[in-house]
Amino acid sequence: MSRIASIGRFWWDFVVGDDWRVAAGIAVAIGATAALAAGGVSVWWLMPLAAVLVLYVSLRRSIAA
Amino acid sequence: MTAGFLVLSSFLASAVEMVEALTIVLASGLARGWRSSLTGVGAAVVVLLAAVAALGPALTVIPIDALRLVVGALLLVFGLQWLRKAILRASGFKAQHDEDAIFASELEEARTAERRERAGVDWYGFVLSFKGVLLEGLEVVFIVLTFGSTQGSIPLAALGAAAALVLVAGVGVAVRAPLARVPENTMKFAVGVMLTTFGIFWSTEGAGGQWPGSDAALVAVLAFVVASSALLVGLLRRRAVLATA
Repeated sequence: MSRIASIGRFWWDFVVGDDWRVAAGIAVAIGATAALAAGGVSVWWLMPLAAVLVLYVSLRRSIAA
Repeated sequence: MTAGFLVLSSFLASAVEMVEALTIVLASGLARGWRSSLTGVGAAVVVLLAAVAALGPALTVIPIDALRLVVGALLLVFGLQWLRKAILRASGFKAQHDEDAIFASELEEARTAERRERAGVDWYGFVLSFKGVLLEGLEVVFIVLTFGSTQGSIPLAALGAAAALVLVAGVGVAVRAPLARVPENTMKFAVGVMLTTFGIFWSTEGAGGQWPGSDAALVAVLAFVVASSALLVGLLRRRAVLATA
């Protein structure tokens, strides 16, 4: 493996970890929060719910695997 | 309240990483000699200090909302990964983290590796310690800089990390054995909860959301994350019992 690929792998593991769906789910939730907040909606409840939902889905996948 | 959270989170997260680094350094020192191992530790600390010196001032010039959004998202992803592993361990779906077993495995590997000396230092022992301290230390640096800069107090976050360093290094020097009695799995659960709580709080603020009660909402978020995690552990334990019945 080239040095650049191994550095990329290290940072991917460091930031994203072993389930990329967690990072993807959080990115979607943050986007939704930003969109709703820009529209004047009170969105403080969205991220806590999204975090627990993403965690639950990731746990189910881990157990199934 | 937030200052206390900041110091405690930084302390716990740093202590977990330092226990892991200490396990590697001890295995390297016992198997390959303390000179090589401690030279590796020193070199890693120099690299880490350079990273802090380079990144610390740069973070303070980024607009606070952008910083909170990026840091909150990263902490949330980190926190959820930690929490997922901690919940799987607590519910019996994943083996408990065992520092004794890791130490024995590192020691065996270090003892059987070929000996190659450069400038009077055993290369394997040096690299083993250097990599261990650098990788675990990078996580500590990341936590201190992000927690500190987002809450506007890098010194407070550094205080938590320094307290962890003094405690872990002190006990490590005193016993020269892996800190197997440290309840690492419990600490990892606590760190996962803290990182997730701060991640939820900051990513919401960074994305433009407003918390009812401002900073006081952090306590409610913490309670919600703790309760949700406990509920998930309970659900998974029931599932594990049903699966074995």
